[in-house]
Amino acid sequence: MDPSDRPLSPHIQIYKPQLTSVLSIMHRISGFGLGIGALLLTYWLISIAAGPSQFETAQNLLGSWVGICLLIAWSFGFFFHLCNGVRHLFWDAGKGYELKNVYATGWLVVLISFVCVGLVWFVVYSRWSV
Amino acid sequence: MKKRFPFTAPRDLGAAKDGVHHWWMQRLTAIALVPLGIWFTTSVVLLRGSSYETVTVWVGNPIVAVLLLLTIGALFYHLKLGLQVIVEDYIHAKLMKFACLIASDFLNIVLGLICIFAVLKVAL
Repeated sequence: MDPSDRPLSPHIQIYKPQLTSVLSIMHRISGFGLGIGALLLTYWLISIAAGPSQFETAQNLLGSWVGICLLIAWSFGFFFHLCNGVRHLFWDAGKGYELKNVYATGWLVVLISFVCVGLVWFVVYSRWSV
Repeated sequence: MKKRFPFTAPRDLGAAKDGVHHWWMQRLTAIALVPLGIWFTTSVVLLRGSSYETVTVWVGNPIVAVLLLLTIGALFYHLKLGLQVIVEDYIHAKLMKFACLIASDFLNIVLGLICIFAVLKVAL
């Protein structure tokens, strides 16, 4: 048997998904997604440097329904990775390891992420501006 | 004094050679990205639908330009470290692993420099 074909532990396909494990892999997935978002950021900055017509094209692209979908996904990835990242920083400081706190902060991260995404898109579509 | 042969003492940090630097820089860039990320996201939300002139004036503001450069630096460094761990965790074929690590590092450096260049071009 080829070593790469051997079954690997933990056998995640028979594991019941738990908040802890789901948030853990979500942190990695959102980080990877944000990496793809960095391509979008690069494109946007290039368009500003390139001139008004290129900027217009970029803005139209980002304002299209595909662009908005990507930005909504990106905003969720951003706020989740941000909140869960802060949760990780507390762990790094040795705080919040009690199982009940791990779950409480996990749900808090989910809640704050949804609130922030909602807030951002409420502001985007409200007429209020600076 | 107890006689101790030199080869019984730890000589290096083990097979990984280092690791604290990676860990530390990931946390350092993470901490930096908390305020920078919130600032950037708030800014682009408030800039929505702005004219080209408004956006270039915004980028051209010295404080904004420096904050953008800091964000870009922290972001691509953080991304480099994160992608490195993902590659090391999931890609085990040696050649493919190194190809991905090299490609990821090159891409992050190139994209980071493009972003920095774009900001400087508008701001200077």
